[in-house]
Amino acid sequence: MTPLALRNLLHDKVRFAVTLVGIVFSVVLVAVQTGLFLGFTSSTSNVIDNSAADFWVTSKGARYIEVGRPFSERKLYHALAAPGVAKVWKFIVWFSPWKRPDGANATCEIIGFDPDSRMGGPWRVSAGDVHDLKQEDTVMVDRFYAPKLGISHLGQAVEIQGVRARVVGFTEGIRTFTTSPLVFASFKNARRYAGLPSNQTIYLLVKARPGMDLERVKSALVARLPDVDVRSTREFSSMTTSYWMFGTGAGVTVIVAAVLGLLVGIVVVAQTIYAATIDHIREYGTLKAMGATNSYIYRIILQQAAVSGMIGYTVGIAIAVLVAGSATRSGGADIVLPGGVQAGLFALTLLMCASAAIVSINKATRIDPAMVFRG
Amino acid sequence: MCAAVEIREVTKTYAEGAAAARALDRVNLDVRSGEVTLLMGPSGSGKTTLVSVMGCILRPTAGTVRIAGIEVAGLADRRLSAVRLNHIGFVFQGFNLFPTLTAAENVATPLDLKRIRGAEARQRSRSLLDHVGLTDKCDTYPADLSGGQKQRVAIARALAGDPEIILADEPTAALDKTSGRIVMEMLRELAHEKGRAVVIVTHDGRVVEYADRIVDIEDGRIVNDSFGGEK
Repeated sequence: MTPLALRNLLHDKVRFAVTLVGIVFSVVLVAVQTGLFLGFTSSTSNVIDNSAADFWVTSKGARYIEVGRPFSERKLYHALAAPGVAKVWKFIVWFSPWKRPDGANATCEIIGFDPDSRMGGPWRVSAGDVHDLKQEDTVMVDRFYAPKLGISHLGQAVEIQGVRARVVGFTEGIRTFTTSPLVFASFKNARRYAGLPSNQTIYLLVKARPGMDLERVKSALVARLPDVDVRSTREFSSMTTSYWMFGTGAGVTVIVAAVLGLLVGIVVVAQTIYAATIDHIREYGTLKAMGATNSYIYRIILQQAAVSGMIGYTVGIAIAVLVAGSATRSGGADIVLPGGVQAGLFALTLLMCASAAIVSINKATRIDPAMVFRG
Repeated sequence: MCAAVEIREVTKTYAEGAAAARALDRVNLDVRSGEVTLLMGPSGSGKTTLVSVMGCILRPTAGTVRIAGIEVAGLADRRLSAVRLNHIGFVFQGFNLFPTLTAAENVATPLDLKRIRGAEARQRSRSLLDHVGLTDKCDTYPADLSGGQKQRVAIARALAGDPEIILADEPTAALDKTSGRIVMEMLRELAHEKGRAVVIVTHDGRVVEYADRIVDIEDGRIVNDSFGGEK
């Protein structure tokens, strides 16, 4: 590193602190907003993403998982008859009223699945066993939502849609995007909690035979199931995410906040680096007179931007991780910051600082070195 | 002695059209190695423009300039930077030291430009400071040096790249009599003992005694060119 770069950067400690505050603010804002976006995204489609199915058969026009309408379960047999299909399961996603043990009312989102196959069932069970759900009137809830549902321990009895239910297990970290906690039950029990007629289902989950061309299987299913829609799991997941993120405006808000954070960071860093460049403009003139090339000047300013970016990022991401952990633990929001996102944010921070330095570079490299002879 | 700087028919005009001002008017000058050449003249006479042209900082409007045998008038900016770095050392009236660097680091700056770093750069910068009598000031920042000491650091810095030509702009203007004398003795020693071509732009009559040659400029023209004791 050019000694002048670091010395000039650290020389004015107040200005350096302002630069760092700007970068930290930007990193925290972008990280938290990105983490929120990822948390939201993953919670909108987590049931689909963890279903292990290849296809979802939905009612006609269902754009996201919460709006499936009942259709005849006879379609299960039509689906089974399609070439390449290995197995098909009935599946329920339905909002139902939940009456807590203390008599208070809440709403839950019933997930009805086949406990033997576990297809579409809970993916992180911390207490109890999925096979316990085969017993009559049993459900499993997430430990995080237990207080909201009035549950303090296993074995407690509640009412769902006026039907008795007993909590036999807890899941861990299965969040919902809506305000209604997910409640897992066997398809048989869920049908009662959803008030669904005995010959109907909300979804069919389809597993293709290993090695089959999934596009061909899908075409075969579409041909045999004219009154419903057939979606690949990835397709239905992205439709659901897309609806909640962009159809409702929730995602746009998060993205706009992240972009604003980035812009604020760029402006603050650009302003402080520019001010530092102007303060040292005569020194750049001297360097040029001495024979420094423009690329030497670029290096000084970019090194200052990079050092600012690295320090700002380190502090910012540490704060963001603390905020994310705290928010997730308190239940305020699910903020997901995987390593890849943190690495991407590091690159983005450096890019932000480099782009903020462009104005300064432009100024410094246009200096007339003859200025050194002017008083 | 050979000419370190050859200037032929150099004209420098600022702006164009009716507002054009001719700062240099068909100047011819050879600056020789081993000599101290003073450029003297009233304000606005063109002496700073001339030294800027010699320093490859300004391009002449017309004429040719050869620095250490290299024709520089048509060179690209990058090549001009290289000529400045490898052949010319500057000493400025206001010292132009980097305030956030120590004396030794200031002297090492031209070495850094030449990619000479680490122990070699430290050794060379300390040796140069030793040469200008500032051995004990290596780790001192410019703010803690006197004017004379700053100018000696600036001279050490100008010498760091081992240039054939030293261009000094009013090097004694900001110094008291004693410091000015020390600085001028150093510049003369560089010419006489190290064979450098030293060009000094000055208004300061006190420095005339150190000159081998005095070039007077008025209105962009050389009006007198005299050698030691001729004037």
